Amino acid sequence: MKNQGRTLLQKDGTKTVLASLLSIVIGLAVGSILVLVVGLFSDNLGMASAWEGIRLIFFGILSTGRNTSGSLTWGFNPQSIGNMLFRATPLILTGLSVSVAFKTGLFNIGAPGQYLMGTMVTLAIALGIPVSALPSPVIWLLAFLGGMLAGALWGCIPGLVKALLNINEVLACIMTNWIAANLVTWFFDANKMFQNTVENTKSSYVYKTAYGRTMVDGAWTYVDGSGVQTAKLGLDKIFPGSQVNAGILIAILIAVGVYILMTKTTLGYQLKACGSNRHAARYAGINDKRNIVLSMAIAGALSGAGASLYYLAGNTEFFWQTYQSLPAAGFNGIPVALLAANNPIGVIFTGCFMSMLNIVGLQLTNLTAYNEYITDVIISVIVYLSAFSLLIKMLLSSRKKGKPAQAAPDSPAEVKAVEEASAEKGGERA
Amino acid sequence: MTFLIQQTLLYAVPLMIVALAGVFAERSGIINLALEGIMIFGAFIGVLFVNMMQGFALFHDAFAAKSWLTLQGLELLAMLAAGVMGAVFSLLLSFASVNLKADQTIGGTALNLMAPALVLFLIRIIANQNTLGMAEGDAASWFMIKKSTFGIDRKTDLGFLGETFINKVYLATYVCILLFVVLSVLLYKTKFGLRLRSCGENPQAADSLGINVYKMRYAGTTISGALAGMGGFVYALTTANCASTGDVAGFGFLALAVMIFGNWKPLNIAGAALLFGLFKCIAASYASIDINGDGVCMLASAPISSHVYRMLPYIITLVVLAFTSKKSRAPKAEGIPYDKGQR
Repeated sequence: MKNQGRTLLQKDGTKTVLASLLSIVIGLAVGSILVLVVGLFSDNLGMASAWEGIRLIFFGILSTGRNTSGSLTWGFNPQSIGNMLFRATPLILTGLSVSVAFKTGLFNIGAPGQYLMGTMVTLAIALGIPVSALPSPVIWLLAFLGGMLAGALWGCIPGLVKALLNINEVLACIMTNWIAANLVTWFFDANKMFQNTVENTKSSYVYKTAYGRTMVDGAWTYVDGSGVQTAKLGLDKIFPGSQVNAGILIAILIAVGVYILMTKTTLGYQLKACGSNRHAARYAGINDKRNIVLSMAIAGALSGAGASLYYLAGNTEFFWQTYQSLPAAGFNGIPVALLAANNPIGVIFTGCFMSMLNIVGLQLTNLTAYNEYITDVIISVIVYLSAFSLLIKMLLSSRKKGKPAQAAPDSPAEVKAVEEASAEKGGERA
Repeated sequence: MTFLIQQTLLYAVPLMIVALAGVFAERSGIINLALEGIMIFGAFIGVLFVNMMQGFALFHDAFAAKSWLTLQGLELLAMLAAGVMGAVFSLLLSFASVNLKADQTIGGTALNLMAPALVLFLIRIIANQNTLGMAEGDAASWFMIKKSTFGIDRKTDLGFLGETFINKVYLATYVCILLFVVLSVLLYKTKFGLRLRSCGENPQAADSLGINVYKMRYAGTTISGALAGMGGFVYALTTANCASTGDVAGFGFLALAVMIFGNWKPLNIAGAALLFGLFKCIAASYASIDINGDGVCMLASAPISSHVYRMLPYIITLVVLAFTSKKSRAPKAEGIPYDKGQR
């Protein structure tokens, strides 16, 4: 019996993976069709350039540019892969953030806001503490923890109003997102010392954390190279020319930690129980309100950590006049989590996939007349498809031979998948 | 005062019409989180339409000959185009949430991600930059109604009402207000409206009385898409000088806030939109000079940052949500896919 259950679970797992892969393929196909259509109807883009665009969409990560005769060359590109790992870092963490909330039946669309608050506090700590006051690893750690804490507190707001007042967390998250965007702009507008005046080429940017706050001739100034940077741990030797650093390793460690938390601990069980059925969980003696707030706090902390790791790299700049837009890294956590079916280990891979698309977009911009926004179209198609991933799963299982077609949707595993896949209002509905 | 009222209306009218779009969708039982995305798409279509039409001799000559009637017609046609394409775009949401019974929140989020990506992709291909504007001239010279439009001398004083509501205004603003009234009546005083609202409250009961819930939900979302698309273009025309940048500065989400603040009722929504429009206006015209003695500048000297005014709508909405949650009048069946077999 036990053995049977395990094979069923495995089958369900494979179906999930297949459904995700199908979404990815359809997403890439839609992107290719768009490139093809634009190529055919545009005067200055021809079939040849459309074909190049399509090849780049699928294999852009392996592109090494163009050779002297102007045709695309392919091969192992350490810079692209290193940058992919670097950009995957925040995506893995926001993906984890969204998936933890999903498991508790909450749709954390507030990841962008939590990410912004994490950014603000991280930068304020990393740039605010004079380099002479503390050793830089300590400043790094303080900034990282501060970012996590800020994200956690910001995530608590929708969690609290959901738990205590039963307000739809999606609406609360949207409101807190925009409040955060305005707060962050206000903060950096008011604290002029953080605004980058050394590199005058671009306006409205905050100093990179590589700049350290130092006293020079009795005045506080920022000196390049004296600030905090995430350690490279030799990764820059493996991927020369890229931005990669140890942040990706920290992200993977956190993902494993979240996996252990969700599957091996009482807290994780309680969180999932609240997600499956809030009222049943309360009946079983689980404090559902506490768990909802806790789930959002953990989600917020993960988003905040993503922001911290991204901006503590030392070579990333933050555009602070952000009150009209929200960071894409926050929103892209949603497809990362959906594609991974909310599995923390799966998030590592889907996060890398999303950042790969990002790199592909850059390659398209650099090498062809197309631009990077095509990858955002692909991502949105994938999100759209994952809204009815259950349907895709059902289609897949009805194709399986030797198994009655309508058995699958009624099996308990499938019903559980309904609850997880659809980020519905969780408790309210059940 | 004239300046303040005009500016407030500029911001409030798109908010109002898009919030009404949200009402139509939610009253039929579909959560339309995609308002922002549809606005972005509608703004792009409207601007692209204007941009392309400017190439035709008919409109080109009309501008040269100062034939204002033709130009206002072009403006209305662009609004129509934006509305139609907004409705088409929203079909993606209706298809996913009505036919496939998918999660409406995720579907809406997908559309919100898709619209700016698609629009920016196309703008970069068409214009080779991140902004698509008019082919020539600007919104004010082509579409704005001024004293000269009616052949009145520039120096004539039209009195307070005339100066406020006839001079330097856009026809689109009044069309939107008219549409708002007509559609509110449609929603509350007609058979169709009653049926639509019943699908958002209790679709099972509605179905048992012979109402096709699927059709009604399609109707609600499509009207919603059309209004949001039109609202997006009106926003781009009146506040962004008829340019599309793949961004409407969070207006779609603000409209969602207006809808909640207005408790899903048209009259309250109109009031909420005016209030939020005022905040937007104050925040936007904060630093500008006190042109007409409206006292907007006095607010600047008060020790309140303009950031506060930008934040206020969202904070107020959150607080209102908190206080009204116990007796919230959100449509009861919103967000729940309709399943005939369900009890």
